[in-house]
Amino acid sequence: MTALALETRDLHNRFGGLEVVRNLNFNLAPGARHALIGPNGAGKTTFVNLVAGALSPSHGAILLHGRDITGLVQAARVKRGIVRTFQISQLFRNLTVLENVALAIAERDGIARVLWRGLAAFPTIVDEAVALLAGLDLAADATTAIRALAYGRQRLVEIAIALALKPSVLLLDEPAAGIPSAESHVILAALDRLPPAIAVLIIDHDMGVVFRFARRITVLVGGLTLAEGTPAEIAADPRVRTAYLGESILPDGVGR
Amino acid sequence: MASAIDPAAAVPRLGRARWHWAEALPWLALAAVPFVFPGYLALGCQVIVMILFALSLDLILGYAGIITLGHAALFGTGAYAAGMLSAHLGWNEPITGLLVAGAAAAAVGFVSGWFLLRYHGLALLMLTLATAILLQELANTLAPYTGGYDGLLGIAIDPIFGRFANDLFRQNYYVYGLIVLLAAFLIARRVVASPFGQSLVGIRENVKRMHAIGAPVHGRLVAIYTIAAAMAGVAGGLFAQIHAFVTLQVMGFQLSGAVLIVVILGGAGRLYGAFIGAAIYVILEDQLAKLSPEFWEFGVGLVLVATVLFARRGLLGIAEDLTARLRRRTP
Ligand SMILES: Nc1ncnc2c1ncn2[C@@H]1O[C@H](COP(=O)(O)OP(=O)(O)OP(=O)(O)O)[C@@H](O)[C@H]1O
Ligand SMILES: [Mg+2]
Repeated sequence: MTALALETRDLHNRFGGLEVVRNLNFNLAPGARHALIGPNGAGKTTFVNLVAGALSPSHGAILLHGRDITGLVQAARVKRGIVRTFQISQLFRNLTVLENVALAIAERDGIARVLWRGLAAFPTIVDEAVALLAGLDLAADATTAIRALAYGRQRLVEIAIALALKPSVLLLDEPAAGIPSAESHVILAALDRLPPAIAVLIIDHDMGVVFRFARRITVLVGGLTLAEGTPAEIAADPRVRTAYLGESILPDGVGR
Repeated sequence: MASAIDPAAAVPRLGRARWHWAEALPWLALAAVPFVFPGYLALGCQVIVMILFALSLDLILGYAGIITLGHAALFGTGAYAAGMLSAHLGWNEPITGLLVAGAAAAAVGFVSGWFLLRYHGLALLMLTLATAILLQELANTLAPYTGGYDGLLGIAIDPIFGRFANDLFRQNYYVYGLIVLLAAFLIARRVVASPFGQSLVGIRENVKRMHAIGAPVHGRLVAIYTIAAAMAGVAGGLFAQIHAFVTLQVMGFQLSGAVLIVVILGGAGRLYGAFIGAAIYVILEDQLAKLSPEFWEFGVGLVLVATVLFARRGLLGIAEDLTARLRRRTP
């Protein structure tokens, strides 16, 4: 058996008295297309923060490709291939789209610590960033500052930055959050084109997105795994339906 | 595909490594002072020391977004290092004296920065202030070495290169200071145009995002804090050599506040903001304080309030807006 891309063992987090992630055992296979769903406040973003290293767990372990990374700081985890995006865009608002991506590439390649040569000495950064943006239909916005960019486009930049880091495990925290569902097909198209080798965990409230993208789904409620399985299994699971207060969240035709 | 986009346009900061003709202006102005105002070189020396000090603050405040109320601690460390080197060890060679001043301040900056830069916002503001007060108190306690309240006497710097002494009109020291400033400026300019400098801008703009792209944020901040500390130390060393006298005020809150005002007034994150801010501040202080000290302090307060209310990006920000508007009108 090949090592899992990502594994958590008894991962636990509490904020003061509030237990938000409870002894979670979660597995992500290499090349996975896995969705994490659950109601607001279920602990999904907290889980991403724990895995990415933005938060330290109360106890439990995180393994990346079989190696324990629980003690590593966020930067070290990124270097090892765990990359996350944000539910609310976290971009360099006053920099251009290209600069946003270029900063990520410079960081990935260790160029960002170079102190004594101009950025112009590394023209390949710009070339690579331009190529990456073209692949996401962002080329036309390359020289636009983020603050002047429509939010839907900003969501694409989130994905572009993540891809620039060449992740092996990609955690997408509601990539289509904040944009009208009429525009979410742009994000979906970008998701469809993610390199197959990347193990992807996606969080989303839009079941259309989830059921189209994911081949495996985990349902998180109150920090606990309520159910896990294929989309068909999840759609048929009565506990999931009750947790979501009705069936309306499931897309037409699924699980029927 | 790639050729469709001009890298310099796409990444404006790439182009910033190139020199703009307007960058010659402050240097020409500084170089002209000995010819146009030969009687004001002592004041000119104060301006140069303040520019150098403000330049160092701009590196951390303007680029990395580190906010500090204790920057004088690093200036003062350099001043005492250069002063005590001469007064106690009899090492009177000025250039190595400045290097020692820079190294001493860099050491203090590195150690204090390591602890301080885990904090931000108000906590950082208070902790930098507290650190400066502690260091000032330490200098006071070490009176046998620092002169304490009475100040450090007995500084006797040799002529520069054995030839250019510190004359009464400060002619030689003005030139000396100007050359030191130019050297420091070239270093600063290079640092901010580097990928490292860009990553500092990233930290200032969105530290969460920098963590998420794998940047060792704390290490970067400590690195620039140490570089800026060295520069502040050199400014302090220069101050000590010019005046041949150091008092506890070199670590004082007043100076920390003044340099903050200089950078904000001139415009943070531009390097040249330090030049215009320092020139205006030091000259106004000199002129207005002659009239009445209260007048000066009131004036500083007024200028600061006006800057924060109407010109967040400082005087250089106003200048940039004006040139942009002119350019649009004359295509
Ligand atoms: N830093 C924090 N300090 C204290 N409580 C927190 C913190 N972050 C999150 N929480 C709480 O933890 C719980 C889980 O939050 P989390 O953001 O992980 O939920 P989520 O599943 O991502 O929800 P949503 O679908 O709304 O994004 C919530 O009750 C939230 O209020
Ligand atoms: Mg969330």
